Amino acid sequence: MLSPRTPPAVTAGSDLPPAAAPLTSVQPDCDSGLIAGLKRRDEAAFVTLLDRYQGQLLRLALVYCRTRDIAEEIVQDTWLAVIQGIDRFEGRATFKTWLFQILVNRARTRAVKEGRSLSFSSISGEAEATGEPAVPAERFRTADDPWPNNWALPPHSWGESSDARLLAAETMELVNQAIAQLPPAQQQVITLRDVEGWTSEDVCNVLEISETNQRVLLHRARSRVRAALEAHFDER
Amino acid sequence: MKGDLMATPDLGDLTCKEVVELVTDYLEGALPPDMRRRFDQHMTGCDPCVVYLDQMRQTIATLGKLPEESVPQNVLDTLLQHFRRWPRERG
Repeated sequence: MLSPRTPPAVTAGSDLPPAAAPLTSVQPDCDSGLIAGLKRRDEAAFVTLLDRYQGQLLRLALVYCRTRDIAEEIVQDTWLAVIQGIDRFEGRATFKTWLFQILVNRARTRAVKEGRSLSFSSISGEAEATGEPAVPAERFRTADDPWPNNWALPPHSWGESSDARLLAAETMELVNQAIAQLPPAQQQVITLRDVEGWTSEDVCNVLEISETNQRVLLHRARSRVRAALEAHFDER
Repeated sequence: MKGDLMATPDLGDLTCKEVVELVTDYLEGALPPDMRRRFDQHMTGCDPCVVYLDQMRQTIATLGKLPEESVPQNVLDTLLQHFRRWPRERG
């Protein structure tokens, strides 16, 4: 059971991010009015923030931890940490960055406990590792061909009706599974960028990776999801 | 390719194998101007790569349409109870 829970013992700022994550550029915090409300203990402000972010927080927690109960618990702990830490939040990072860093820290701690720490230890390392190509080499012409490295087995258009097929529940499930099979760092990046529609700047701030690493991870992730969709459509 | 009897489009100097690895940088607007020009030139003559780029766009659009996740109401209720019991800042 998740509720009612006692708040975890948080000593002053223990595992909260320093609220000073370096911003690559100064951006206005779209939540600043609500943060002021939260500091005044305005319930409406809390409910609005909860509503705005709970789904995204849960989706990211599920990347770290596939058990839904535990992911929900991580989200709950994150909000309790927000309540306990908001008075010390100085707005040097945006609220969103701060909030999701709390979640990531907690989710990582939880992953360590569950023996899944290795896979989350180095997001940059994963970006720098030699990745597989976006498309298998066999699909291109060989070096002795008059058109080396151009398509031998080109992709087929998904057709006029592809929009409806892409939106089918079956396709959505396939996409979810394709994401779940990605290495952790790729899952985090594609989830925040493409599923939740974040900017690359926000993703880099929360995951603490460079723009270049972010793009490498995004590229590999998107390429693999595309390949999964292609395999699905071609077999029909 | 002068003298080649087959009418072949000018794909520029990039191969398809290179182009598929540049797609994300292209869509992110991260290609340097010269590379972007070479990419565009390849696209004007290569239908399969146009299909590929289109599929990447469709993939991204599909990812953005996955159903939203939601925390169960009882968890949200518990959080609200915590919020109501939360003391005001001292001072």
